[in-house]
Amino acid sequence: MALTLAEVEHVARLARLRLSPAELEKMREQLSNILDHFQMLQQIDVSTIPPTAQVTDLVNVMRDDELRPSLAREQALANAPVQQDGMFRVRAIFEE
Amino acid sequence: MDYLVTIGLEIHAQIQTRSKMFCGCSADYAAAPPNTHVCPVCMGLPGSLPVPNRRAIELAALTGLALNCRIASDNVISRKNYFYADLPSGYQRSQYDDPLCVNGWVDIDGDQGPKRIGLTRVHIEEDTGKLTHTADGGSLVDFNRAGVPLMEIVSEPDITSPEEARRYFQKLRQILVWIGVNSGDMESGALRCDANVSVRPAGQQAYGAKVEIKNINSFRFVERALAYEIERQVTSLRAGERIVQSTRGWDEATGTTVAQRTKEFAEDYRYFPEPDIPPLRLTEAWVAERRAELPELPDARRQRFMTDYDLTPYDATVLTDERAVSDYYEQAVAAARPRGVAPKDVANWLTGELFRLLKDSGETLVVAAQRIRPEYLAEVQELLNNGVITRTSAKEAFDAAFREGRAPAQIVAERGMAVIGAGDALTDMVRQAIADNPKVVEEYRGGKVTAIKYLIGQVMKATRGQASPQAVQQALEQELTRQ
Repeated sequence: MALTLAEVEHVARLARLRLSPAELEKMREQLSNILDHFQMLQQIDVSTIPPTAQVTDLVNVMRDDELRPSLAREQALANAPVQQDGMFRVRAIFEE
Repeated sequence: MDYLVTIGLEIHAQIQTRSKMFCGCSADYAAAPPNTHVCPVCMGLPGSLPVPNRRAIELAALTGLALNCRIASDNVISRKNYFYADLPSGYQRSQYDDPLCVNGWVDIDGDQGPKRIGLTRVHIEEDTGKLTHTADGGSLVDFNRAGVPLMEIVSEPDITSPEEARRYFQKLRQILVWIGVNSGDMESGALRCDANVSVRPAGQQAYGAKVEIKNINSFRFVERALAYEIERQVTSLRAGERIVQSTRGWDEATGTTVAQRTKEFAEDYRYFPEPDIPPLRLTEAWVAERRAELPELPDARRQRFMTDYDLTPYDATVLTDERAVSDYYEQAVAAARPRGVAPKDVANWLTGELFRLLKDSGETLVVAAQRIRPEYLAEVQELLNNGVITRTSAKEAFDAAFREGRAPAQIVAERGMAVIGAGDALTDMVRQAIADNPKVVEEYRGGKVTAIKYLIGQVMKATRGQASPQAVQQALEQELTRQ
């Protein structure tokens, strides 16, 4: 199943990836191959198997509503490239 | 040409828990210094494992039951993927295909009488962090709010005017606060609303293009924003323009809605089941436990107050507006019953004198109730019913009970406020008056009946006005004929 370049560009944009024309073409081929593989899986009859997104068989893993210690702020901010007033500083966010 | 208005509201309500949705950090973000209620889970650090807060799920289900929803047995938490600086992991944990609660309704006062507004769904999700934009072109991120549990309550497009939208929002707030799942604090953002609105020419079947107004945080604004937006759309249509599906923001300062980003397609969020959270399977027994937790709701209680307590619709409405006030009234009525005091009279003390005192002191009932116990309302009315005190004294005793936190009966006794109607005290005073005024007594006995007026005056003076003149006259006549 061959993807179009436009589809690859769309996915790249959603993933915030800036790809060169050569990279776009390379991704188009690789992603198409992956989709082909799934195409193959889709031929298997799974009509009698309930869909699941889990492989652990666990259900209802919950915790009580109790407080646990948070990180110290210095720790929380340790990897921030830029910080200001105890907060992460990022580039201004413009509405698209 | 006439235009039909179609409105649906999406309400985001913070679920009142101590800790966040998927980690043990405090959910109380309002007053905390930035980035002090954060951990690897709510900052989206790799390798951290989210675990749902059981209480948040329980409270969301409780909300669903209060809103007449069906509770889904199989629940999946999904990832809603998008990039924004306030979303640390690049996705928001939410629900997509399988909301926790579906197909509910809320009854409101519609423009044409009682109206049922359908609810599509109530689902759980996590809040995002908070962004502050700086003057020098940066944005500062505080993740204290990230991961705080939210419910999104989505109505059917059953609302047909800005007034109805406001009443629906108010009703929803009343219920959420009543059942204790939300603080109702709109200023801090614990309750906020997005409104979807479209207009179409009367007679047209298909809905007009939907415009979403984001982040409205007051009842007044929901009404004003919708009124403005409807006017804007109708004016555009009349001018032959097309309405484009879009997102707008309410600008308080100008009283207008302003275009924001064009709406992304739902597919762009690439929802998929959160692999780190196993499904939540809610059994019928579990739902029954939630149902047992559900208190009597305001509408039902209002009806009961009218039938059982003989309250007017107005009083019944006032006394079921807030849970704390309503429960206080119930306690007062419980104390009134064995004293033979009518619930109606208790309601009058509460909505009249007590509300006035609260207004003057600026306190909430919850605070003042530590002094003015609910049974005091019953007690003061009982004293009045039994003729122990006059209405003026009753108010005075009630005010004193409010200020001092002591029982009205005690205050009446201490201050000698009791009406001196009969009994030894009055007899003693009457005898004293007779002994002190032999001349007047002589005149009375001699046939000058009006002379008794002077004696009545003397006794009234002695009681400091706390006797009825009729009772005094009666007691005097008895004593004078006996001697």
